Amino acid sequence: MISPTPADLAAIWLSLRLATVTTVLLLLIGTPIAWWLARTRSWWKGPLGAVVALPLVLPPTVLGFYLLLLLGPEGMVGRFTQWAGLGLLPFTFPGLVVASVLYSMPFVVQPIQNAFEAIGEKPLEAAATLRATPLDAFFSVAVPLARPGFITAAILGFAHTVGEFGVVLMIGGNIPEQTRVASVQIYDHVEALEYAQAHWLAGGMVVFSFLVLLALYTLNSRAHRR
Amino acid sequence: MSIAARFRVDYAGFALDVDLDLPGRGINALFGPSGSGKTTLLRCIAGLERGLGRLQVNGETWQDERIFLPTHRRSIGYVFQEASLFPHLTVRGNLEYGLRRAAGAGADQAGGNGRNFGPIVELLGIGALLERKPDHLSGGERQRVAIARALLPAPRLLLLDEPLAALDLARKREILPYLERLRDELEIPVLYVSHAADEVARLADHLVVMAEGRVVTHGPLAETLARVDLPLRFGEDAGVVFAARVVERDAEWHLARVAFDGGELWIRDTGYAADQSVRLRVLARDVSIAASRHDDVSIMNLLPVTVTAHASEDHPALVLVQLRAGGTTLLARLTRRSAQRLALAPGSQVWAQIKAVALVG
Repeated sequence: MISPTPADLAAIWLSLRLATVTTVLLLLIGTPIAWWLARTRSWWKGPLGAVVALPLVLPPTVLGFYLLLLLGPEGMVGRFTQWAGLGLLPFTFPGLVVASVLYSMPFVVQPIQNAFEAIGEKPLEAAATLRATPLDAFFSVAVPLARPGFITAAILGFAHTVGEFGVVLMIGGNIPEQTRVASVQIYDHVEALEYAQAHWLAGGMVVFSFLVLLALYTLNSRAHRR
Repeated sequence: MSIAARFRVDYAGFALDVDLDLPGRGINALFGPSGSGKTTLLRCIAGLERGLGRLQVNGETWQDERIFLPTHRRSIGYVFQEASLFPHLTVRGNLEYGLRRAAGAGADQAGGNGRNFGPIVELLGIGALLERKPDHLSGGERQRVAIARALLPAPRLLLLDEPLAALDLARKREILPYLERLRDELEIPVLYVSHAADEVARLADHLVVMAEGRVVTHGPLAETLARVDLPLRFGEDAGVVFAARVVERDAEWHLARVAFDGGELWIRDTGYAADQSVRLRVLARDVSIAASRHDDVSIMNLLPVTVTAHASEDHPALVLVQLRAGGTTLLARLTRRSAQRLALAPGSQVWAQIKAVALVG
């Protein structure tokens, strides 16, 4: 019986840390975007919705490539981060977070947006007639009613971040304990023909993904029954 | 004490243009067919729709050229057509939602709010439902909770948008008595949107008739219903409403004798107290006219009346005749031929035969 190496465990730990940070950030950033997309009648709804959905169809390498250019020493964001004293983001953990946030954005924004759209105008109008300010109505009515959407968003965002590979490789490289996440570690094992080690991690990912989706479906069907 | 509302709204295919002065007490019914702008007007008054115009409620300006109070700063209670209870809160949570916020916003009202909880819960008969979720309520119960929720923050104006329209007949019958109690006990004006003539006849004190985004006419209920000089909006429901008092109960025949300004009528006795005030409705189609008194007909209620006016009906065979009995106006719907045969003209003295009288409250 082969057991995981310290490097494997570090990769798993890194994956979980990255997914957690990304999910929390995405819930904070994605919620206002979803709210705006769900309620605006602006002309910008279409273009912005398409941009948010881009990672669904783009090869991760494309996204990674442009992020690398943008965040690199000659890129706009790269120049800014250097000027601000933050250094360069590529091949660092914060760089991975930035890339993951963009790459997993549609998996978080879309379920929340759908949930907000399903609520409709009525409950918010009712809240306004009961003296709730728009912000108050958002937190006291819209967010609780959209809870199933938030749960779906959090689980999908987390799982998708754990499962990403291409973007990570492009923007993070393969630095142990900094950017070498579980999926990259599997790739390394296979390259090195360490199939047993690869099995251990890959099998773990299969079980993990299954459990995540099982939890998602169970939670959602329970939410619907209520 | 009054409500002054002047609104213009222009949408593609629909325009609202109204200028209304309404009494600051009692139930004002906004009556008209779908698409006549009743709900849009109500939403403008609530600030849910941003119409151009001005709005003053009992001396307070809510909207004019410079001011637009957002909905959450207008002291209103609003009951929507479909139940709009928050599904994630219990009935108690729903009731406290507005109460808390009103108490937080206006110190002047905060004191009275908490004290209203018991009486309003009792007024609407929802005491047993407090811990339930809206999903576990019937349609009628949900609307009663919605009405209580709207009343609890002690609004200055109550807006009801067809609160019974989504309910079946049995549920309607369940709620109407509560609305009547509301009318009798509330001190604030109510705007009640409806396209059901029977609800209006039963509940309203003041009637606003709307069509195609405009006010056709408005005035006290009895007066407005009895007018024949309007383009007719009531069709089969044309009829009058007036107040009466129970003066005698006949146990043998289960009938009650009621007196009104203009005579007496016998109605079915459904258990009145002597001297009880009742509101009666007589439909134009239930009134026929005879030149002389006939006692050999099945109709019990015969009244000497004077013809005051008549007007043509939608169908060319029919006329609507306005009659005066003492201080009360009645309407009768006849064929044009009968009217001519009886030579009915303003001033004619005839007998009205009233086939049916509905008690509407």
